[in-house]
Amino acid sequence: MTLSPGPWWLRWLPADSRAGVQRRALIVWAVAAVIALLQSFFNPEQHPLTASLVYSYGISTCIWFLCDPLRIVLRRWLRAEGPHYWAFNLRSVLHLLLAIGLGYAAGTALGDAYTGRSTWQLLLLSPQRFWGFLLGSVGISAGFLFFFYHREKAHALERLATDTRLKLLESQLEPHMLFNTLANLRVLIGTDPARATAMLDQLGDYLRATLAASRSTGSHPLALEFQRLRDYLGLMSVRMGERLRCTLDLPDELATHPVPPLLLQPLVENAIRHGLEPSVEGGEIVVSARADGDTLRITVRDSGVGCGGTPQAGFGLTQVRERLATAFGAQGRLDWSSTPGQGTLITLSLPLHAD
Amino acid sequence: MQATALIAEDEPLLATALQAELARAWPQLQVVATVGHGAAAVQQALALRPQVLFLDIRMPGQSGLEAAAELADEWPVGGPADAPFPAIVFVTAYDQYALQAFDAQAVDYLLKPVLPDRLARTVQRVQGLLAQRGHAAAGATPEATLTHTLDQLRALLAPAAPVPDAVPLRVIQASVGSQMRLIPVQEVVVFEAADKYVRVLTRDAELLIRTPLKDLLPQLDTSVFWQVHRGTVVRADAIHSVHRDEAGKLSLEVRGLQERVPVSRLYAGRFKAM
Repeated sequence: MTLSPGPWWLRWLPADSRAGVQRRALIVWAVAAVIALLQSFFNPEQHPLTASLVYSYGISTCIWFLCDPLRIVLRRWLRAEGPHYWAFNLRSVLHLLLAIGLGYAAGTALGDAYTGRSTWQLLLLSPQRFWGFLLGSVGISAGFLFFFYHREKAHALERLATDTRLKLLESQLEPHMLFNTLANLRVLIGTDPARATAMLDQLGDYLRATLAASRSTGSHPLALEFQRLRDYLGLMSVRMGERLRCTLDLPDELATHPVPPLLLQPLVENAIRHGLEPSVEGGEIVVSARADGDTLRITVRDSGVGCGGTPQAGFGLTQVRERLATAFGAQGRLDWSSTPGQGTLITLSLPLHAD
Repeated sequence: MQATALIAEDEPLLATALQAELARAWPQLQVVATVGHGAAAVQQALALRPQVLFLDIRMPGQSGLEAAAELADEWPVGGPADAPFPAIVFVTAYDQYALQAFDAQAVDYLLKPVLPDRLARTVQRVQGLLAQRGHAAAGATPEATLTHTLDQLRALLAPAAPVPDAVPLRVIQASVGSQMRLIPVQEVVVFEAADKYVRVLTRDAELLIRTPLKDLLPQLDTSVFWQVHRGTVVRADAIHSVHRDEAGKLSLEVRGLQERVPVSRLYAGRFKAM
């Protein structure tokens, strides 16, 4: 994907920020026109239209310039990163307060230069009108900033959610897994049609579950989650033969307990991909669920090659941790331990009987 | 055409199926062994000297590419009775990067699922290659047949791209008994993979660290540290001289080090006079 270069008058800004800056400028200028028109409509004596327009455009443009393009220019100092260049910290708040104050002063000076009046003398003549004018400007600026900030944050969240969905799909539909499965299927169709049918059914269920989980954020019963694991392990045991042994242990009383769909899948896939596949002898995978007080503990244990130190920052663990945090907050956690040559143990803890 | 072959494939069904497909596409081909992992492929190939290798790329322990590289190193050449290096056909379910690197001359690749038409073309290509070798056998040394394979393996085994956010390693941290030793990376003379550890040699110390060599490599400056063997990285400015033995194998004399450091065929191209 290539970014359009954006408007020519903003070429001095980073490419990914230009379109947003221009959009915000147009919104600010449209509102500035509305404010000037309203002002002179309700009080034409004190606010002739042209003077109102000069003040309104002067103040709004100055504040916009100092708050928006300048914010992006100062992104390093403000510690604000793309794509939205917003940060919420002391420096940012300080910058915005100063920007509004200075922008107001500069815009007012422009208006004063045009009309020949002095807004600052209003402070002596009619403090009420001066403060009304000032607070009105500050209030409108703050409103704008609040609105833009939230819009950009919402956009960023949406992008993150799309990213996560895409990555989940990519990791589930890993081409190596898919094409090896198809290759096995092709062999079985000729030699063992009954087993081929069973494998095809498992593949169908696996794909359906993957697509459903990438779309929904709800939950499903633990028994169903274990069934999905059984499908996946079934596919893998056709491929790996005697190198893969697995045990799934789900007590009846936990069968209906709700869990986020395909929560365990990435863990079992990791156990195969990083634990058993690299091992010449293969090994065993044990998945079990237990009630422990008011906590549900699900363990995924493999006897594969293990891993020294910390696991590589892959997609699986991070994604499961994020999903636990989203669904259960501080009550959901994932513990990981591994010994080189002996295998890996992952324990998920989540609140028992919580939706 | 009579020939011998070895199949290395970790998935039992696929190994059987490839053998069956080969029996149809090339009835005179004799499959002398079927193995399930890279290390066994190297061992069996050295023992049985097949003319064709079908190597799955992703296998437990050692990948097909690593197995081929090790085999290229171990394959005896030079003697009049030595068999030529086998024609290698890589088999892979999906390996975009590897496929890009092939120019399919001396080596071919097959995509899984293996389709009969495609396999027939591979068989033709391999037969052509073997026939060519048969005619040229009087003149060409087995070493010549290796060169092209080595070039391709070098391209395939090179890291796909430098990791963009890899911070260059400055200090090696190694635990010695109850204390932790810190060694500036520029003092290291040799990194050598040894079983589950990496030996770190300096002029006056030898330490063991647990970070695998393949994880260390992206963090090292490749203009300072040269890989000279699958399991060895040497600091270039510590190399004193390069020696060639009767069999044509290279080894390095490194300043401050008693033992010679062997150079594998894969990396021998680095040591040419300027």
